[in-house]
Amino acid sequence: MIRIEHATKTFRGKKTEVHALRDVSIHVRKGEIYGIVGFSGAGKSTLIRLVNRLETPDEGTVEVSGQRLDSLKGKTLSALRRKIGMVFQQFNLLEGKTVYHNVAIPLILEHRSPAEIEKRVTEVLEFVELSDKRNAYVSQLSGGQKQRVGIARALATSPEILLCDEATSALDPQTTESILKLLKRVNQEMGITILLITHQMQVIQMICDRVAVMEQGRVVEEGTVLEVFGQPKEDVTKRFVRTVINDQVPETFYDTIRAENRHYRLEQLKFIGDSVNEPVIANLCRRAGLEVNIIGANISQMQGSMMSVFILQLIGDTDTIGEAERYIDASGALRQRLFIDWDSRTITEIPAGKGNEG
Amino acid sequence: MNDFLNSKIFGIKWSRLLTSCQQSLYMVGWGLLIGTFFGLILALVLVLTRKDGVVQGKAARILYAVVNVYVNVIRSVPFVILLVTIMPLTRLIMGTTIGSTAALVPLVLYISPYLARLLENSLLECSPGIIEAAQAMGANTRQIIRYFLMPETLGSMVLALTTGAIGLLGASAMAGYVGGGGVGDLTLTYGYEKMNTPLMILTVVILVIFVQLIQFLGGALSRKLRAHR
Repeated sequence: MIRIEHATKTFRGKKTEVHALRDVSIHVRKGEIYGIVGFSGAGKSTLIRLVNRLETPDEGTVEVSGQRLDSLKGKTLSALRRKIGMVFQQFNLLEGKTVYHNVAIPLILEHRSPAEIEKRVTEVLEFVELSDKRNAYVSQLSGGQKQRVGIARALATSPEILLCDEATSALDPQTTESILKLLKRVNQEMGITILLITHQMQVIQMICDRVAVMEQGRVVEEGTVLEVFGQPKEDVTKRFVRTVINDQVPETFYDTIRAENRHYRLEQLKFIGDSVNEPVIANLCRRAGLEVNIIGANISQMQGSMMSVFILQLIGDTDTIGEAERYIDASGALRQRLFIDWDSRTITEIPAGKGNEG
Repeated sequence: MNDFLNSKIFGIKWSRLLTSCQQSLYMVGWGLLIGTFFGLILALVLVLTRKDGVVQGKAARILYAVVNVYVNVIRSVPFVILLVTIMPLTRLIMGTTIGSTAALVPLVLYISPYLARLLENSLLECSPGIIEAAQAMGANTRQIIRYFLMPETLGSMVLALTTGAIGLLGASAMAGYVGGGGVGDLTLTYGYEKMNTPLMILTVVILVIFVQLIQFLGGALSRKLRAHR
């Protein structure tokens, strides 16, 4: 549906050069919700704008529905843009106009008949649940309502693709959730492919099928949401995952752990989807000579699947713990040995100076 | 009625005073109308072809530079000087250099770059996000102007034109030099030169009323246009 290959873009100022994109390739399949996550300045905005040619790459190619965009101008470019809706962080609506007028504008630009416009606007307003606000002025609406108008406007021309530029970043958490549900409906009920950029991992978790992580103009990691959340490889990805899935030990437990004078190890266990079919933790508890402390747990839902993260303190002698580790690995759960850096009181995956085996 | 028109106020006939008011309104009215036409075109060129504007490319850069310099050059010439230096042009266009209509040529030439700058400021108030949304919808330049840029900034443009109209009234006072008449001319020739202080004060009061009226109307219209913002 959308294929970007080796896109490079550099913005040159008088004295500065900003490498917004460095050899970026992504492929968005028809009917999916594809999310690009990154901190500000990672190049997400530039990347999403390649798709409707608000930006052009210095090098590389962009293909939408099998059509190369390189040579598009004037009427053919307008035609392409009408097949692609776009939703913005700051809504970008005509504040002094009515909801109806704002949604009608893309249709007016296409010279549709008033009867057609009336029919289509009524339809999309109903879809975004704003029928009662059709004659209200945009300035009278709340942020969430404004974004619904923005989505309705983007849907008016029945596009095949919807681009969302930080569509929920200006909204409070509750409103964010309702807008995300709406986007999911757009995807499922209208079959529209969605490409979104965000710095909120929660957005990716809630609605995306696949995700790309961007840092300094590069895509550093890509995969299905379960893959990326379950086994993040890059540091930046781990930081993002940590914003929604808490895999840290609660502060108050540090002293308890430190006070333990028997031999122990800290282990992180991840269960993704139905990859594990046995009660691993329960079985661990039944092992002779092994004591299990659950010191952190987090269960989250994504893509209709579950992911649970547990942090366990296994107490016992080296052999018993070794056997337990082999049992966990054989069960299909993802295991990661953890260490505590006592100076900064944080958990790491690499031993910090002195090991912390009790 | 004729008796009244022939009766005198501070040494001049009422009819003379009314004619002067009429001439002022004529010059400001038409000057504003025609000046807005040219001023808006100049302003749109400036906004659309500027750096990061909607229209990009070499031709746009050149056009911007030309219009920008033109506006600056005309704006740096005081009106009285413009009035006399362009007399040949005025004769070419109007066939004469005398009278209110002839005065319109220098008035329009003077006020349109001024309006262009004021309108440019207004048009720039339109957020870049709105323009980007318009482009993302596939709007062409003409549609961007008509459905986004102009409606978004109309209230502000009306205020700009109000300021311009008052500037025009000020400039029209000097139209007397080419027999353009008007209240300002009356003040200078009958009030100042004949040392008729009461008449001078009267005409100044009339000018003040004019300005108040223009400002009031402009403000009210602008408020109406911005009602739901």
